[in-house]
Amino acid sequence: MATTSSMFMYSLTVQPPTAVAQAILGQFAGTKEQQIVTASGSRLTLHRPDPSQGKIVTALSHDVFGIIRAIAAFRLSGGSKDYIIITSDSGRITIVEFIPAQNRFNRLHLETFGKSGIRRVIPGQYLAVDPKGRACLTASVEKNKLVYILNRNAQAELTISSPLEAHKPQTLVFALVALDVGFANPVFAALEVDYADSDQDPTGTAYEEIEKSLVYYELDLGLNHVVRKWSEPVDRTANILFQVPGGGDGPSGVLVCGVDNITYRHSNQEAFRVAIPRRKGATEDPERKRTIVAGVMHKLKGAAGAFFFLLQTEDGDLFKVTIEMVEDDEGQPTGEVQRLKIKYFDTVPIASSLCILKSGFLFVASEFGNHQFYQFEKLGDDDEEIEFVSDGYPIDATEPYTPVYFRPRPAENLSLVESIDSMNPMVGCKVANLTQEDAPQIYSICGTGARSTFRTLKHGLEVSEIVESELPGIPSAVWTTKLTRSDEFDAYIVLSFTNGTLVLSIGETVEEVTDTGFLSSTSTLAVQQLGQDGLIQVHPKGIRHIQADRRVIEWAAPQHRSIVAASTNERQVAIALSSGEIVYFEMDTDGTLAEYDEKKEMSGTVTCLSLGEVPEGRTRSEFLAVGCDDATVRILSLHPDSTLENKSVQALTSAPSALRIMAMTDSSSGGSTLYLHIGLFSGVYLRTVLDEITGELSDTRTRFLGPKPAKLFQVSVQGQSAVLALSSRPWLGYSDPVTKGFMLTPLDYPGLEWGWNFSSEQCTEGMVGIQGQNLRIFSIEKLTDNLLQESIPLAYTPRCFVRHPDQPYFYTVESENNVLAPKTKQQLLADPTVTNGNTAILPPEEFGYPRGNSHWASCISVVDPITEKKVLQKIDLEDNEAAVSMAVVSFASQDDEVFLIVGTGKDMVVSPRSSTAGFIHVYRFLEDGKEVEFIHKTKIEEPPMALLGFQGRLLAGVGKALRIYDLGMRQLLRKAESVAVPNLIIGLQTQGSRIVVSDVQESVVMVVYKFQENRLIPFVDDTIARWTSCTTMVDYDTVAGGDKFGNLWLVRCPTKASEEADEEGSGAHLLHERQYLQGAPHRLSLMAHYFTQDIPTSIQKTNLVAGGPDCLLWGGFQGTLGILIPFVSREDVDFFQSLEQHLRSEDAPLAGRDHLIYRGYYVPVKGMIDGDLCERYTLLPKDKKEMIAGELDRSVREIERKISDMRTRSAY
Amino acid sequence: MADKLRAQQQLEALQARYVGTGHPDTTKFEWTSNIQRDSYASYVGHPPLLSYMAVGMGECREKVRAKFIESMIQPVGKPPEVQE
Repeated sequence: MATTSSMFMYSLTVQPPTAVAQAILGQFAGTKEQQIVTASGSRLTLHRPDPSQGKIVTALSHDVFGIIRAIAAFRLSGGSKDYIIITSDSGRITIVEFIPAQNRFNRLHLETFGKSGIRRVIPGQYLAVDPKGRACLTASVEKNKLVYILNRNAQAELTISSPLEAHKPQTLVFALVALDVGFANPVFAALEVDYADSDQDPTGTAYEEIEKSLVYYELDLGLNHVVRKWSEPVDRTANILFQVPGGGDGPSGVLVCGVDNITYRHSNQEAFRVAIPRRKGATEDPERKRTIVAGVMHKLKGAAGAFFFLLQTEDGDLFKVTIEMVEDDEGQPTGEVQRLKIKYFDTVPIASSLCILKSGFLFVASEFGNHQFYQFEKLGDDDEEIEFVSDGYPIDATEPYTPVYFRPRPAENLSLVESIDSMNPMVGCKVANLTQEDAPQIYSICGTGARSTFRTLKHGLEVSEIVESELPGIPSAVWTTKLTRSDEFDAYIVLSFTNGTLVLSIGETVEEVTDTGFLSSTSTLAVQQLGQDGLIQVHPKGIRHIQADRRVIEWAAPQHRSIVAASTNERQVAIALSSGEIVYFEMDTDGTLAEYDEKKEMSGTVTCLSLGEVPEGRTRSEFLAVGCDDATVRILSLHPDSTLENKSVQALTSAPSALRIMAMTDSSSGGSTLYLHIGLFSGVYLRTVLDEITGELSDTRTRFLGPKPAKLFQVSVQGQSAVLALSSRPWLGYSDPVTKGFMLTPLDYPGLEWGWNFSSEQCTEGMVGIQGQNLRIFSIEKLTDNLLQESIPLAYTPRCFVRHPDQPYFYTVESENNVLAPKTKQQLLADPTVTNGNTAILPPEEFGYPRGNSHWASCISVVDPITEKKVLQKIDLEDNEAAVSMAVVSFASQDDEVFLIVGTGKDMVVSPRSSTAGFIHVYRFLEDGKEVEFIHKTKIEEPPMALLGFQGRLLAGVGKALRIYDLGMRQLLRKAESVAVPNLIIGLQTQGSRIVVSDVQESVVMVVYKFQENRLIPFVDDTIARWTSCTTMVDYDTVAGGDKFGNLWLVRCPTKASEEADEEGSGAHLLHERQYLQGAPHRLSLMAHYFTQDIPTSIQKTNLVAGGPDCLLWGGFQGTLGILIPFVSREDVDFFQSLEQHLRSEDAPLAGRDHLIYRGYYVPVKGMIDGDLCERYTLLPKDKKEMIAGELDRSVREIERKISDMRTRSAY
Repeated sequence: MADKLRAQQQLEALQARYVGTGHPDTTKFEWTSNIQRDSYASYVGHPPLLSYMAVGMGECREKVRAKFIESMIQPVGKPPEVQE
């Protein structure tokens, strides 16, 4: 029973998966502008390409809580808006539209067709839509195909028919596309194999003779049924199909792509076949055949027959394929194909989807690594590339032919405009604080091949610096001001020093001006542009009102008193005197400042004041916030009837150091809300809602910024007013552009003492700040991304990484299968007999490494992510060895000296797993870990998949065996061994003498090491076969881990078993204890279980924010970062459980998957609350929010605070 | 007798509709082929699993996908000789 679990965790996504399974293009907003919709994991994301800036902006990301299998865009004929069809693991087909006004997806149809889950015969794997938007076909890998007719009814609403079946048992589908047939009956083409005969034939001849066929399914719109219209055998190796334009645009039909060939096929045309050119070069195998793995067709505007294909091979080379048609007497194409042409276009990363935008851009959704956004320079029309044609190339795949070659070259047709960060695949991640900042950073190894990277992730916003200049002294404050109200940009920068004020004018250059009317002999407290064209300067001895004609009106502070705090806006001024009195001024109709007769006496010394801005159309701000050193904030009324009367008061934990009344956009009210921002001397920042009528303070949210007193400033960023909060580092409070929720994010910038808004012609939305003796002007360009990434390129796919125990260096092992090792490459390059050209070596980051079957390239790298930000040392492994694991181990026998241990395998074959030998290499650290030096290696029978330091020795998992090694002079010395798991050890964790061993397939086993007997004894194992991918020990008895099917789980050792295992001298007893059901004597009990969709590849117990509680951070293979936060109180659990329940029914997942079943995909969800679902509460419409709040007996604000607190307390 | 016949017909309908539904005479070959085909379909259908295997094999996803579907044709080798 899930409800009775004694442990509850709150699961949150910190960074959603960045792997794109599919990307589609369409006019989803109903305008001419094209958008890109991507499916990544369970998320449907809408991106808006900005052609003028060459950027892609994420407009909307929606978690559908289901696995998106395929997406397609379609438009009803005559319409202008594209809809999205989604097939997911819900067993339902979903049609969704994007509503730009509300920035959300709206579900139009949800049709159930089969069981949920991803199964062999449940359609959803393939999805094709008729180009005229009349029908769609969804197919499963085997047997089933369903056709839905799409139409519109009398009200012009989209309708979907009941499905028509086109099943064929024992038939496998390799690819599926819709044919372009104009307005004739819709036809779909599938690449199929019928295995019925081969399953019955024991001789194997039927299997040998199996044919792959191209099958046309025609939907007869008149008779309302689907027929198998045409079937023709094609190349046995074909794997992918592309639609050829039809109707008036082209000949219709399909391109069938197989190994080394592309064939044009259609029912009423001849076949045309062309070879895929192979790369030429000294290190290329001339016999290696390429396959097409991705591609896109693009129709050009205007002439019929003006279309081309960009098809990509597994090397990443793009080929431009065109079809030449027979021309009639007038030179018009007839629709009869004459030949197929192919030529090399450019090389881009291997894509899962390619999208060509009408604005002349190419979006490459890379299958691994960063996504790329290119601009077309030209279409490769008139260049030097050799064009290969189908003439003379045999149609029959079995006939011999001469292969064709091309030389890859740097890009000519495409230029990269933006690279969109993607951490897919993330092989490992670790949290560490190497920079000694307040909060730790996340270090990860990502990517494959030559595009692999070591990435540092830091919570923060990117800042672009505009000016940094040194000043004569150390200023205490800085302001900018306009000269008149109608000015667009600031004219002066005013700097206050301890004994003077400096005014700089902003123009072409920034220079000092002296004739401004400002008093320069004293420090300044506030500067403000007042009324139409006045300026005021508040200084400790008075207020100086400088009018447009440079006349000065001075108001002097009463004798023996000075001004300690001031707040101003364009019509009002409030000052606090050292005696604790508040003096209030308001601007008269004639533009002069009038003092309010009475002074307000405060209980303590005033530390700060805030007036807030004058709302649009009003004459004054209604409230004055006053902070006193008795740790209170009071709100005083400024209404003429009740001037300076107390409205409300709030007690604080420490004296306030800064106040700021500000209106900000707010997700809970939907509009703009007045907030009082409070900064405390203790470095805490509070944000409370200030009621616009009563002046009551409510809904306080707290955040710790840093150990220094907090200062607050109002700035303008990306068109919204934001709060700049300064403590030991600068933070920015703003509302998220997508979700509209309030965010507080540190800036990636040195700590500032003072900041102010800055606006000039060059920089309309900037900030000016003081850092020590420097004046800095900077701006923030992007508010959507609050995780900063920094990449260091690595050579090959990283497999594992460790940190130096005390130095800020990481060590990675990288290995690449089917790639030539550097030494082999050198040999080939040096060999004069094989030199078939003098091609310059192309950068492997773009062109990949030369490939060779069953070759391995592998290396060990020393990475410095902090100072030099590069790989310091790279050691290549030789003899086809590839590194698989590594550890940092201190050996007691060597006076606790620390060594780097690397496990390798020789001649490894991934599947089925085999190798000729394994080795354990030992390296010594030199120069504080900047370098490593090889000492010796020890041969073992299998590659050691897991290594760990254990009680001053090395613990290694070699196949099924768990071994302890000590360091000898010439090799490692085996000290103890035990068979711990049934299959293969892939991970080790330890605390004390307990070892947690994870098996590739059989979950985890706990092993105790008995020192006296020198025995390793397994004493507890698991009841479920979990294909473990990563584990960590949460405490001595509890293990958290992830498996290859995308689950996260926590298992705990029973108390009795745990105590027994640790008893003194219990070795003999444990050894002879009776087995339970052919396993260990005890079983682990499951504490929590949760399906994440992404494969967890690393998990760690850590804290992410300064002063935050411990949580579990997991990193997923597709680039997901998530955390699990333990609940402290039962009440919170009950609250979130009922909130979850309400959200499941009120905000049912978009693609129709049942949320509870989705999270319990393999094992029923247990002891977990889905924070991502709870966070959708803030996105609900107001009435639904209120309804749920009513059911839960709480206010909307209260619920939103609870949700945001859960996140901000432990994560970003 | 009629009941028995109907039960038989129902079972046959189920077997036709849901691939892999067993019967009393399911052979080892049928059973293992079915399991293997299900597994391959699952590898191809779950995007993270396919990527994971593609990275492990050092191939690109599309090639691995095609390879897996190809393996579904005869996942466990030739069928056994039928003894009459």
